[in-house]
Amino acid sequence: MAEHVSKLRQPLVPEDRTYKQMSEDVLDTLERKPTKAWLIGFSVSALFLTIGMLVIVYQVSTGIGVWGLNKTIGWSWDITNFVFWVGIGHAGTLISAILLIFRQRWRTAINRAAEAMTIFAVACAGLFPLIHMGRPWLAYFVFPYPNTLGSLWVNFKSPLLWDVFAISTYLTVSLVFWYMGLLPDLASVRDRTKSKLRKAIYGAFALGWDGSTRTWHHFEVLSLILAGLATPLVLSVHTIVSFDFATSVIPGWHTTIFPPYFVAGAIFSGFGMVLTLLIITRKVMNWENYITVGHVEAMCKVIILTGTMVGLAYGTEFFIAWYSGNPYERYAFINRAFGPYWWAYWTMISCNVISPQFFWFKKLRRNMTFVFIITIFVNIGMWFERFVIITTSLHRDFLPSSWAMYSPTWVEIWTFIGTFGLFFTLFFLFIRFLPGIAIAEVKSVKRYGQKNEEPVNVIA
Amino acid sequence: MKKDFILATFEDDRQVLAATKKARDKNMPIFDIYTPFPVHGLDEAMGIKRSILPYVTLAAGIMGLMTALALQIYTNSVAWPVIVGGKPANSIPAFIPITFELTVLFGAHTTVAAFLMLNKLYPGKKPHIFDPSQTCHSFIMAFDKSNVNADEVSQLVKEHGAVEVKEESATIK
Repeated sequence: MAEHVSKLRQPLVPEDRTYKQMSEDVLDTLERKPTKAWLIGFSVSALFLTIGMLVIVYQVSTGIGVWGLNKTIGWSWDITNFVFWVGIGHAGTLISAILLIFRQRWRTAINRAAEAMTIFAVACAGLFPLIHMGRPWLAYFVFPYPNTLGSLWVNFKSPLLWDVFAISTYLTVSLVFWYMGLLPDLASVRDRTKSKLRKAIYGAFALGWDGSTRTWHHFEVLSLILAGLATPLVLSVHTIVSFDFATSVIPGWHTTIFPPYFVAGAIFSGFGMVLTLLIITRKVMNWENYITVGHVEAMCKVIILTGTMVGLAYGTEFFIAWYSGNPYERYAFINRAFGPYWWAYWTMISCNVISPQFFWFKKLRRNMTFVFIITIFVNIGMWFERFVIITTSLHRDFLPSSWAMYSPTWVEIWTFIGTFGLFFTLFFLFIRFLPGIAIAEVKSVKRYGQKNEEPVNVIA
Repeated sequence: MKKDFILATFEDDRQVLAATKKARDKNMPIFDIYTPFPVHGLDEAMGIKRSILPYVTLAAGIMGLMTALALQIYTNSVAWPVIVGGKPANSIPAFIPITFELTVLFGAHTTVAAFLMLNKLYPGKKPHIFDPSQTCHSFIMAFDKSNVNADEVSQLVKEHGAVEVKEESATIK
């Protein structure tokens, strides 16, 4: 197939690296002793994970009455954190699937790490509904299975059940997509390592990959199919999460704008988190030649686009609340901006709408420290967006007699910090034990934008 | 069963692609080519038939769609009809999200399973690796010795820049 590549494009891989050196750059870190930075990072994450686990044991054994919820506010931190983590999970699939279909070849260097993040984030997200059930050992009740409870079935007309299907499909499909992509690189590790143990372990996980062209042919078709399936899937997941709210009748939730607004917000927050992690990873792992300033800049552009879409959605919902003439709807929004939780609303606006606008300037997009700071703001802002939507809509609805306030207890705070522990522990294990860059894919874009694109001289 | 192979090692993907095209022109059957990454156009040059995976996905997707609809229609209007939100027992629009998810779920996992089976990949498989560099930086063209003229092969691959030509007998699973 002819490749239509502009000669003006910047190369994606430094011209002087051979295929062998590219493998070494990525895989040598797996065979060296862990660095001090890694050990410290891993220990701190594992510590927070342990605290989080203890707190989970406490709240499950005591009952979720230890949360700050009350009769009026039945959802707050738990669902906020659930939506926050699911949202972060959207960037990986966007990078690996949607950018594959759009033939954005720069994605090769970052898709492995971004997709790993997706899986870890979805795992963190899944914890919250599970704990919220109160009796997590009965979690299998959410699946439709033949039973003797009077042949009782789950409610297929409820968005909460749609969520069960969406999140499980998303988690398992992302996992196999990621694992299939790992096969060639696991085989690389297997074939180059001197350690017998490593050879056995990586060999078992490589499933006997030998790099046959017949296998590669199926592999490329498989990637395209999985990308094609994952693209509508990723859009459906956050659409369905937004249905949890949009199909209810609570003022502030009952709006048709929710699906696109949530999807844009998810990609926005996901790219924020991907950038936060990759800016550190490229530095610590010495991968600045692969995850380049150009990659960071391209991701910043996605952040401006989705951040501006989110800003537009904030404006639209405010306008419609006024234009609808519905006093409850109108009050819900005035209360968001000027009620007791005004500080959450304005944190959200300044972090999500104002901060990404700095990325209109090329100089700022290419300044790593600056980008890092802005992505932290994006992460904070997107957490507050979910808090604002969920808590401020619930705390004052139709009857003033049932109005209430909410504040989290230490249990909720530590559970949330515990999920950060889980996320970072998994991420640290990932960059230590698996190839953090999809080397085979990066090798295949080596010629992209380079001068020596014409075929080499063949003696014949 | 053990077979005798002629192996030509290249270190440049463009050379192996040119050699493959030439070998096809001369009607030399290529057993396989082992590469560290998918070389664009190599599958076509080798004359590999188009993968059947898309048809597997289509069939599995249709299965998923029908399973989802059957499950929801049966549980809601036959096994235990419950009126929720004043909707009819059989409210198809409410069934669409799960129908979509199961279509994707069946489609994706069946395709992955079919991919593994087609390529005989499974945990614990010990593949025959001609050279450890075939998953790192070299491109190894393998010819079945009984099908080709050894001299012609070695002349052709050397003309195209093969760095090494050797013979080896091996069992390819």
